[in-house]
Amino acid sequence: MNIVVCIKQVPDTTEVKINPETNTLIRDGVESIINPFDTYAIEEAVRIKERLGAGKVTVITMGPPQAEDALKEAIALGVDEAVLLTDRGFAGSDTLATSYTLAMGIKKIADYDIIICGKQAIDGDTAQVGPGIAVHLNLPQITYVRKIEELKEGYIKAERLEEDGYGVIESSLPVLLTVVKEINEPRLPSLKGKMRAKKQEIVKWGVDELGLDKDKIGLKGSPTWVNKIFAPERKKGGKVLQGEPKDMAQEIVKELKKGNLI
Amino acid sequence: MSGKIRIIEEKCVGCKLCEKACPFAAIILVDKKAKIDLDKCTLCGACVDVCEKFQAIELILEEKVTTINLDDYQDVWVFAEQKEGIIQSVVFELLGAGKRLAEKRKSKLCAVLLGDEGIKDKASELIYSGADKIYVVSAAELKNYQDEPYARVLTELVKKYKPEIVLPRATAIGRPVIPRAAVELGTGLTADCTGLEIDDETGLLLQTRPAFGGNIMATILCKNHRPQMSTVRHKVMKEPVPDKERSGEIIEIIPKADWLISRTKLLNFVKEIEATVNITEADVIVSGGRGIKGPENFKLIESLAKVLNGAVGSSRACVDAGWIPYSHQVGQTGKTVQPKLYVACGISGAVQHLVGMQSADTIIAINKDPNAPIFEVADYGIVGDLFDVIPELIKAFKESI
Repeated sequence: MNIVVCIKQVPDTTEVKINPETNTLIRDGVESIINPFDTYAIEEAVRIKERLGAGKVTVITMGPPQAEDALKEAIALGVDEAVLLTDRGFAGSDTLATSYTLAMGIKKIADYDIIICGKQAIDGDTAQVGPGIAVHLNLPQITYVRKIEELKEGYIKAERLEEDGYGVIESSLPVLLTVVKEINEPRLPSLKGKMRAKKQEIVKWGVDELGLDKDKIGLKGSPTWVNKIFAPERKKGGKVLQGEPKDMAQEIVKELKKGNLI
Repeated sequence: MSGKIRIIEEKCVGCKLCEKACPFAAIILVDKKAKIDLDKCTLCGACVDVCEKFQAIELILEEKVTTINLDDYQDVWVFAEQKEGIIQSVVFELLGAGKRLAEKRKSKLCAVLLGDEGIKDKASELIYSGADKIYVVSAAELKNYQDEPYARVLTELVKKYKPEIVLPRATAIGRPVIPRAAVELGTGLTADCTGLEIDDETGLLLQTRPAFGGNIMATILCKNHRPQMSTVRHKVMKEPVPDKERSGEIIEIIPKADWLISRTKLLNFVKEIEATVNITEADVIVSGGRGIKGPENFKLIESLAKVLNGAVGSSRACVDAGWIPYSHQVGQTGKTVQPKLYVACGISGAVQHLVGMQSADTIIAINKDPNAPIFEVADYGIVGDLFDVIPELIKAFKESI
């Protein structure tokens, strides 16, 4: 069974903060990481391969040249091959252009039974690229997968997480899955893996190698447009109580009653 | 959309304002002159705005020639999610938001309702809450949500009736179905909007959403494609009061057989109703963090939640430690909640947690550390040991309720 995992290199958003005086982003020293949700996708793919004892796991990303670091990390975590889609022409892609570009990359990889994505990326939080790829490749999808119950030639049964429970869904293969955190606990990179990552060649494809329609990529292929960026309104700290627990508790109840909250 | 941007070096004084203003880290200073990394630049224009004084950045946007006639697209559509034949409460909120937009555009508010035969009877509920027109598509295959037929039906309806704006909810149904339809239609989609307005000048939908885990807000436009589509976050819009006197039009559409083909099949649905209610719907949430020290102490959190008739939430730390299931996790990698009252117990307030709960109406934080960041967003901060404070709170609430 061959698996393609889509990942994204993202800034560690916990480090991205707003300078309250200038209302601008402070990015000094912000690290780039593999989107945390994608680490579950990588882990699941590697586990499937280990369980079946056969097949190949290929990781793919679209990004600037430095996104290679994320791919190297994925190799250290156990994936077999890595593809970087990188080209100036991809800059400014929204989710429509991104899903088209990734889908064309996956088409070039050609041999796949399952595509796995994280449920969303932490910088944009859109959760749109996975389903978008599925449509471009004319595939069914199972989103928010928290467990694969059964997997065999041409068939998968998985649990899909919703707000109030989970659905058990079966599908034919090939299929696109997006996975949630509950599905597994990602391993740490092994020393052997790190060594392999150092040596391994990363495949790089651009607009020409993929034979892309230039109207469908980058800014030109992106119907949505960031018009304005601003800092969110933050709540100002309120009343701080200190002292005896009993007194504080009564004070809180009084305040909440005043505000008609209880 | 495409265009060109450049730094006019003679005018650049190396003040770094643009470097700081760029949301995408696309500008760095080289030899005291700004340089734009075109791989990262999205032509958003933030740098141009801050360089007003020196006029050292030139941005030329090439408006794409639109192949569609934008005026053909009218009306605001709401995707009316149902589960087991019951229209989900989130839909009514959405109708409230949609109504405002439709009035501003002087167009109609419509709803799309998919389900089995019985679903027709529910259409009037949507009319009571503000919809003027309901498109109902019923078939046995549409009883439960399935990605492919739902996306296909929506796509076909949009192609035929040409709405200007389509609003689904950002739920486990809305989020996977709409990108499929958007790709089929080749139009833009903005995720998780918290603000929707109509631009007075252009009539375009201004779609505002958080990005970078809520650290910045972005307003997104979809200028040359239709419909303009955005998923809308839960509990950020007000629900309208139903008016049973309202009337509207119900249009039934018979789906073609090939619209209903699905390669996936829902075998069964397992409801996971635990001791606590679903945190995304709850009006009161009491959450525990690392400060509760161990899984056994969630009992204390539960007792406080019970007195307040609320749900139990958790920080990521407790979920990762295996103290409580993932379904309780509030924050970036968990759920975004907006209850009327949020009580954070022993949660220090990492930004990933804050983005998931800071829009609660009232926040109470209990923490030993007076410098914990959670106090910055709290309306009421209690500095103290939660093991002393919570029992007193339970007592005090019991006495007063």
